[in-house]
Amino acid sequence: MNINTTKIISLLFFIFSAFYLYTAYQIQVFAFDENAPFNARTFPIYLGYAGLFFSGLKLILPDPDTIKVEHRTLEYKKTALLIVIAIIYGATILKVGYFLTTSLFLFASYYFLGERRWVLMFLLSFPFVAGFMYLLHGVLEIYLRDPFLKSIGVMG
Amino acid sequence: MTEGILIGLTTALSFQNIFMVMIGCFFGTIIGMLPGLGPMTAIALMIPITYGFDPATGLILMAGVYYGAVFGGSTSSILLNAPGVPGTVATSFDGYPMAQQGKAGKALAIAAWSSFAGGTLSAIYLLFMAPSLSKVSLSFRSPDYFALMILGLTAIAAFSSKGQFLKAMMMVVLGLMLASVGQDSLSDITRFTFDNMNLTDGISFVLVVMSTFAMSEALTIILKRNDPTSAAKQVSLTELGSIRINKEERGKMYRTIPRSSVIGFLIGVLPGAGATIASFLAYGMERNLVKDEEKEKFGKGSVNGLSAPETANNAACSGSFVPMLTLGIPGSGTTAVMLGALLGFGIQPGPRLYMTNPEIFWSVIMSMYIGMVILLILNLPLIPYIARILAVPKNYLIPLILFFSITGIYVMSFNNFDIYLMIGIAVVATFLRLYDFPMPPLILAFVLGGLMEENLRRSLLLSNGSWEFLWDRTLTVCILVTTILIVLWHIYKTFTKKKS
Repeated sequence: MNINTTKIISLLFFIFSAFYLYTAYQIQVFAFDENAPFNARTFPIYLGYAGLFFSGLKLILPDPDTIKVEHRTLEYKKTALLIVIAIIYGATILKVGYFLTTSLFLFASYYFLGERRWVLMFLLSFPFVAGFMYLLHGVLEIYLRDPFLKSIGVMG
Repeated sequence: MTEGILIGLTTALSFQNIFMVMIGCFFGTIIGMLPGLGPMTAIALMIPITYGFDPATGLILMAGVYYGAVFGGSTSSILLNAPGVPGTVATSFDGYPMAQQGKAGKALAIAAWSSFAGGTLSAIYLLFMAPSLSKVSLSFRSPDYFALMILGLTAIAAFSSKGQFLKAMMMVVLGLMLASVGQDSLSDITRFTFDNMNLTDGISFVLVVMSTFAMSEALTIILKRNDPTSAAKQVSLTELGSIRINKEERGKMYRTIPRSSVIGFLIGVLPGAGATIASFLAYGMERNLVKDEEKEKFGKGSVNGLSAPETANNAACSGSFVPMLTLGIPGSGTTAVMLGALLGFGIQPGPRLYMTNPEIFWSVIMSMYIGMVILLILNLPLIPYIARILAVPKNYLIPLILFFSITGIYVMSFNNFDIYLMIGIAVVATFLRLYDFPMPPLILAFVLGGLMEENLRRSLLLSNGSWEFLWDRTLTVCILVTTILIVLWHIYKTFTKKKS
């Protein structure tokens, strides 16, 4: 059997399905529902077995079209950086507020992706977010929480 | 029916809705044109905005985005040989050679007129077929629905998997597993929440769509930035040429369009098939039907070869609305996204939709036609300008996609957990995409998960826990036999491919 990344993913999916199945069996159902033809754990149990079946088949059967990914050409560093910025953005958006965090997120993303046209970077972050915020909050009346703008008296 | 059509026409022709179709077509064209971003991403990005409108307007906006994105995909196919969506791959076979011969403007005009004709004809077919299909679908019982969902999931897995059926089936199961998180709909028992309150209501549909399409698409583009095989080709924007179509070319299109629209519509109606298969089949059929002299031109810039897939893919787009509106079963990944959005509005598509919400049912059908007209008026003169969008640097495009995705989730829940979950799912989806695990089956399964469990529950309770319900009714058996045939056909195709 040829071991490739697809097989490893299938193995991980097999383990995940086994864990899912185990958790499905642990779902607490009402006593009167325990022997019913269908209860809250029936469908998840079938799904767990289906996951084991398909990932098991993928593991056992030969893989005719092996996917080869050229890892050397992939931009792992920039992708990871972008993910980290997105996580920081997610962590601060509620406390700091929509306007500042979103603008900084966009500005930092442009920068880390290699952009250096500062004026364009600025225009496509702070004023762009302000305009978008006006569209959401002012025109479409979708509430946007922003403690920062509230503290400086811009938002009510 | 006439009353319904008039209600739909009145709703679709309101100033707000015409404006929404225009906005949808315009933004859909732009997003669809960018290689890697298809209608699903375009619609996913629109969902949070549509929640600010009434359901009819929201759906009209999404339908406009859909047609726009399909047309936009053709533009990048013709100009860059980089199809924005799989449904426009066949367009590049003859569209790109035409562009290389300095006839890019003409190729885009043929694509625009063919899309318009295909979409319009299929909107007419839809107008007459949808009500009768609704009546037929009223006879469906829970076992039939359950079997139909199995058929839909199997079909989308077979057709979207590029020969990787097992991978697609694994994605189907993963989608169903994600849908099972949260409270059970009948007993309110929480499942797979691991005592996390944020998961009690389940995982939001918008979150899954945004993370598996928009966000993971953006991450994949960054990840493959230096990949020589996916490097974007530069288009010469000064060499678009004339957009005029001469008499001889029009004559060829008159013959191609009607037959391609029929095949496109019929394929679109089948669950799981969609625009990609429709366009390839129409291309193949056209090649067999034309004279030997014209056959020689296929692959080198044939008018028939360009017109056929373009007509068929737009006809299939309208066709895929049939199972969604009449049965509540989406025919493609894109309509699955739209179905999810409709459920978000509190509307359950199905056979009764055109009785309970005629304004939605008919206005969507009427707006399809209006959308086609607007798409033509808007895009034909704007072709040279729209083509410039292809030059938008990825350094700006990617952060903006991430921004729209995260904002979409933030305004819905005001919850950090959802943003982390979204990033987590997007990272996993990006990794899976690298190894050709298809995402449309996951979305379709996620949307259908709740309905599937509900129908299985009813069927099993009615049959006292016995699986006999699968062969009790002729209709159920027919649907299951079709499912088995699809699987067998797929196995046969895999073996014949291996031998060759």
